[in-house]
This record gives sequence, structure tokens and C-alpha cells, in this order.
Amino acid sequence: MLSLPLLLQEAHAAYEPILPAWILLLPLIGAVVNGVGAFNWRGNKAIPSIVGPAAVIGAFAIVVVNFLAMRAAAPHDPAIVSLWTWMSAGDLRIGVDLQFDQLSMLMLLVVTGVSSVIHVYSVGYMREDPGYSRYFAYLNLFVFFMLILVLGANFAITFVGWEGVGLCSYLLIGFWYENREFASAGKKAFIVNRIGDFGFLVAMFLVFVHFGTLNYETVFAAAPAALAYGGAVVTAITLFLFLGCTGKSAQIPLYVWLPDAMAGPTPVSALIHAATMVTAGVYLVARTSVLFAMAPVSQAVVAAVGAGTALLAATIATQQYDIKKVLAYSTVSQLGYMFVAVGIGAYTAGIFHLMTHAFFKALLFLGSGAVIHAMHHAYHEVHSHEDPNDMRNQGGLRRFMPITFATMWIGTLAISGIFPLAGFFSKDEIIWYTGAYGYGILWGIALVAALLTAGYMTRLMVMTFHGENRTGADAEPHLHEVPAVMWIPLAILAVLSIVGGWVNIPDALPVLPAVHALHDWLHPVFEPARGILEAHGLHDAHSSPIGGGEAMWAGISTVAAAVVIILTFRALVHRTWKPAADSTEPTGLAGVLYNKWYVDELYDRTIVLPLLALWRGCWRIVDAGLIDGSINGLAAGTRAVGWIGSLFQTGRVATYMFYFVTGVLVILATFLL
Amino acid sequence: MNLDIELASLILSAFLFAVGTAGVLVRRNAIIVFMCVELMLNAVNLSLIVFSRSLGLEAQVLVFFVMAVAAAEAAVGLAIIIAIFRHYEGVDVDRFNLLRW
Repeated sequence: MLSLPLLLQEAHAAYEPILPAWILLLPLIGAVVNGVGAFNWRGNKAIPSIVGPAAVIGAFAIVVVNFLAMRAAAPHDPAIVSLWTWMSAGDLRIGVDLQFDQLSMLMLLVVTGVSSVIHVYSVGYMREDPGYSRYFAYLNLFVFFMLILVLGANFAITFVGWEGVGLCSYLLIGFWYENREFASAGKKAFIVNRIGDFGFLVAMFLVFVHFGTLNYETVFAAAPAALAYGGAVVTAITLFLFLGCTGKSAQIPLYVWLPDAMAGPTPVSALIHAATMVTAGVYLVARTSVLFAMAPVSQAVVAAVGAGTALLAATIATQQYDIKKVLAYSTVSQLGYMFVAVGIGAYTAGIFHLMTHAFFKALLFLGSGAVIHAMHHAYHEVHSHEDPNDMRNQGGLRRFMPITFATMWIGTLAISGIFPLAGFFSKDEIIWYTGAYGYGILWGIALVAALLTAGYMTRLMVMTFHGENRTGADAEPHLHEVPAVMWIPLAILAVLSIVGGWVNIPDALPVLPAVHALHDWLHPVFEPARGILEAHGLHDAHSSPIGGGEAMWAGISTVAAAVVIILTFRALVHRTWKPAADSTEPTGLAGVLYNKWYVDELYDRTIVLPLLALWRGCWRIVDAGLIDGSINGLAAGTRAVGWIGSLFQTGRVATYMFYFVTGVLVILATFLL
Repeated sequence: MNLDIELASLILSAFLFAVGTAGVLVRRNAIIVFMCVELMLNAVNLSLIVFSRSLGLEAQVLVFFVMAVAAAEAAVGLAIIIAIFRHYEGVDVDRFNLLRW
């Protein structure tokens, strides 16, 4: 066994992944052990409590070692680990290959790191749940598939992970499957994702037809020569890929599943539906950046859809009362920002925001989980059936849960882009480049959505933690801070939400030292795509569409966000809300936003109901009419023939003798004639 | 009239067979039906003997087989008829339709 320093030293020469298969195997082993436990020792909480987090933390440790080795070696080309050949048919050869480069390494760190924290949190959050072991089995399995998605060195392996995380998402959304509504939410997520996966598959087929391989490195190396810049083929491939991304990453038009996905346990919302899985679409666009760079139409579509989603979701978030729904729409909105970034070609900015968003959105979700945990216990003690998620039932929780209160404010300031927290650097970078690359309208939308973000997050904080407590007099004494196993993860994520943005500090900001750690780190991965973009006229105007430099606009946006926060706070902190049970549904514009622009209803009328009518028609006419009719007709005909035949069976010997003699005579006659 | 003895015998055989067949078809008394069957067998025997004149003695051997089988059949058949008579108090074959369907 080599000692760790020796391994690192060896890596100096050329980066060689250390224990690559174990990164995947540890979560898989965890999933199997917990899965067995879910059947065999259901009451035992000790084994899942240890195995579940340990499997992921172990993977995280291996990833950190690999990260250090890669940083020391600074390889230019990705390291490919070929495990075995998965399928080989004709020209197609798909290997189970893992790709270790700077992009996948960053994703590995984010996925395993945030997962570790959330697994530990889950030990506290899910402790009372009868499906405790099953929960950790699903969660470990999710991490396994997410790592496959990130590490895949070809489209097919990525697709395996892509489908796997979709499956785990479905299983965890419908985790409390006794509740019909929750189970339906799981199905909705699965079906909507299937639509996106169709796009991914078509893109994959197109790639194979035109390149004869699915390996990323081969395809990206061949693409500039094999396909015409801006041609129909590369545009089609990228648009179909992006269809897949809109499904997985909850963008217009397929974002509708994510808010309903909040039916799952809150740590799941934090891990899968905020920090990791939903960013897979952003990761895929970044991974295939060479193809997107060659298709300006697709790039524009990605950026426009991202900006539109960012704005639409932000407006909806301002009028939701379910604390998790606010955060869900916030996630959709922030994912929109990431797509704007990767759409305009600022790949590093997109991945940067992906990383910081993973920190502060996981923090916010875990914080909301702590709130729900406390509310649920309080209501449970007094046997109340009020909704613990509804912010109209909360209020004034800062006195009962000071740690949650403080950490969630850090998350709120981070997501709002307040200097010097993580969101300030990452979101400002996106907004800045959108303007500097010449996308004036998107830049305006991004700014407005950023202000809305500050507004709805402050509204969430005020309704939850400030003002009077609306839990009800008898439930109020039962409110309490969450245990350490839950608030320590909050504290870790709060620290990351503060410092996470310091890996990338632009030159333009005064006083601060310029830091390019992330840009330099990701440079080898995005170099080819950036080269294509710059060769075709991408240029940095170094000023916003209406003038002004980066430092000025960074100042403006953070001050504007701060002003919005203060104004929202002052406007709402003295307002009184009725508890949810006494409230009526909002009307007017607020009602439209509360009902999410009626998009679900629109989809219902235009897609779901016509399809249902079509299927009903198929059922009534084709199945019940044609298929059942022909089978039943055949049976009825057979029975009629049988009935006629039975008339000849009189049971009298004389009759049979008559048939017999007649037969003999007929045979004789044929012989004679 | 110079009718050939063989042709005459065959005509007689055919006549007896036809009478037997008609009896089986139209009579309802089981005993009569049974006797008609015997009549058909003996008609066949007669034609076998006629053929043995030209084709050799093997046909006469066959006649012995037929007589042996007819004797066995008579024993079994009469036993069945007696059993039926005891059960139904009659031997009308039209009433024996237990095996229908």
C-alpha cells in the first residue's frame, strides 16, 4: 500500500486518477447495504446512520485526494479510465470510461461535498421516519448515478447517469408514496423528464451518425472539421441536447415538475432538486461546449430560455406561501442564470454559479427543512393538522431557532448577490458578461430577475423568522432549535456560502486582490470552445450595454439588491398575515403569480387533456372496438358453428348409424364413379 | 334360366346385407337391431365363401374369425341389453341417449 504523500508525489509527473472506481463503488456499496437493511432490519437506525453518510464522505475523501493530485499535475488533457467495454456492435463501441478533467473534478467536489453534508443532516431530519434505511439507500444510489453522470467519458455513460438520477429523483419525490399527491408528483417529474430524455437520445443518435463514436474527446476533436459552423446538423444536435437539459434542469418549457418535486423530504430537495441533479443540464452544456460554440442559434436559444426562465420563475416565487415552493422557483430562476452564462459562452461563469448556488441553495433548503422540522414537531405535539410548510403559519421563528435564523440570512444575502458573499461574485459575473458580450435585452432581464431574487428571498425570511409568531398559542411553546446533527451542516454550508465566491474575483474590482483560480482551473476544458467562439466574433466589450465598467455595475447591483432587501423588509416586517387556514386565495396579479401564471393549467388544457382524449379514443375505438370486437366476434362465431354442429348429435344410435351408412355409401359411390 | 351360382349367391348376400342395414336403421327394439347386425355379418360370410371358390381357402378362414367375433359380440351385446332392460324396463334404442353431449 502506497502512502498518501508518495501517491501525490508520483502524480507530479502526470495526473493518474487515484482509486477512480472506488469513487463510484463506495456510494453503490452504501446503497446496497442500506437497501438490504430496508428489507431485513427495518427498525435498525444505527447501520444506515453510519453507512449512508460514511459511503459518501469516503467518496469525498478520495475526490479530494484526486483533486490535490490533479492540481499538482495540472494536466492539459483529460485522464480517461477505461473500466470495461460495455457494448460493441458493428462500428459502435461503447466503453465504461470515466473522464477525469478539471470540469468533472470540480463537479465531483461539489457533488460529493454537498452530498456529505446533506447525508449528515438527513440523519437528524429523517430519524423518526419508518423508511429510514430505504431513504439512505435511495440517497446513496442517487450519489452513485450522479457521479456516473459527471464522470462519463462518452454520451452513453453520461446518459446512464442521467437516467439513474432521474430514477432516484422519482423514488425520492414519491418517498412518502402513501400520499397520493406525493406519488403523483414523482410521476410528473419522471414523465416530464422523459420528454427531455427523448431529446438527449436523438442528439446521441445524431452524434453517432455523424461521428461514428460517442466519446467526448473524439467527437470534440473531430467536430470543427466534420461539421459546418452554424450548420443544420450541429444546430440540431445541440438543440436536442438542450431539450434534454430543459427537462433535467427545469427550464421553460419543462420546468413544471421541479416545484412539485418539493413533495419529497427536504434534504432531498436540497441535494437533488437544488444543488446537484438539476445542474446536470448546465454541466452537459458545459461538457459539450465545443458543439454549442459551433451553433450560434442554439447558443441564443439556450441564453434566451435561461433568461426567460430566470425572470418567470422569479416572478412566481414572489407570491408563493409554501416555503419550499419559494425556494423551488428560486432554484429554477438561478438555473436560468446558469443557462444564460453557458449560452452566451461564459462557461466558467456558469459553472461558478453552479458551484456557489449549490452551497447557498443547499443551505437555504436545509434551513427550510429545519424550520419545517420544528414546525412539524410543534404541530405534532398538539395534534394539529396545519401545514408546517406554509409561511403564513410561521413567523417570528428567530426567537426559537437562532442558528437556523442566522445561517438562512447568510444564504439569503448570498443568493441576493450582496458583497462579499458567494452569490455576489458568481451572479455578477454572469450578468456582467451577458452585457459585455452584447446581449443587451438578456442583460436587462437578468438584472430585473436579480432584484426580484432579493425581494422574494427577503419576503421568505420576514414571513418565516420575523414579526409575530402565527403558529398558534398552544403549538408555540413546542418550537425549538434543531439538534446539532442538523445545524452543523447548516453552519458548514453558511461558511461556504460566504467564502465560496472568493475563488474568482475579477480584476476590475478595486481594493480586492484579483483571483482567477476557477478561470485558470477550468481553462483547459473550455479552451477549444472559447477558441471557436472568439474566431467567430465573440468579443468582450468591457462595458455594459448602457456604458459603465464592471466595478461600477457590480457596485450598482449589490447596492440595488441591498436597497430591495431593506425596502422589502421594511414593507413586510410589520404586516400581519392570517394563518393559512383563515386566508383566502390572492386575487389580481398576485393571484396570477400565486397560480404560477396558470402554466400547469395551460399544459393541462393543451397537452394533457387532448392526449387523454386521444388515448380514451384509442381505448374505446381501437382497443374496446376493434381488438376486443374481433376477438369476441371470433369466439361468438366459433360458438355458433359449434351449436349448429351439436344439432347433429341426437344421441340416438339410429341417427349415428344413418350417418355411418350414408358415409359408407358416399365412399363406395366415389370408388365406383 | 341359366343363372350363375356365384352371381346368384352374391346377389343373395347383398340382399341379406341390405335387409340387415335397413333393420338396424329403422327398428327400435334393441334385440331386433342386434339380430339385424348378425344378419349383416352372415351376409358378409356368405360373400366370403363365394369368393373362396376363386381366390382360395383364406377367405374361409376369415369366415371362422367373423363367426368367433360374432359369438363374442353376441355374448357381450346380450349382456348389455339385459342390463339396459333391467334399468329402463324396456329395450327401445331411442331412449338410450345418455352419452349425448
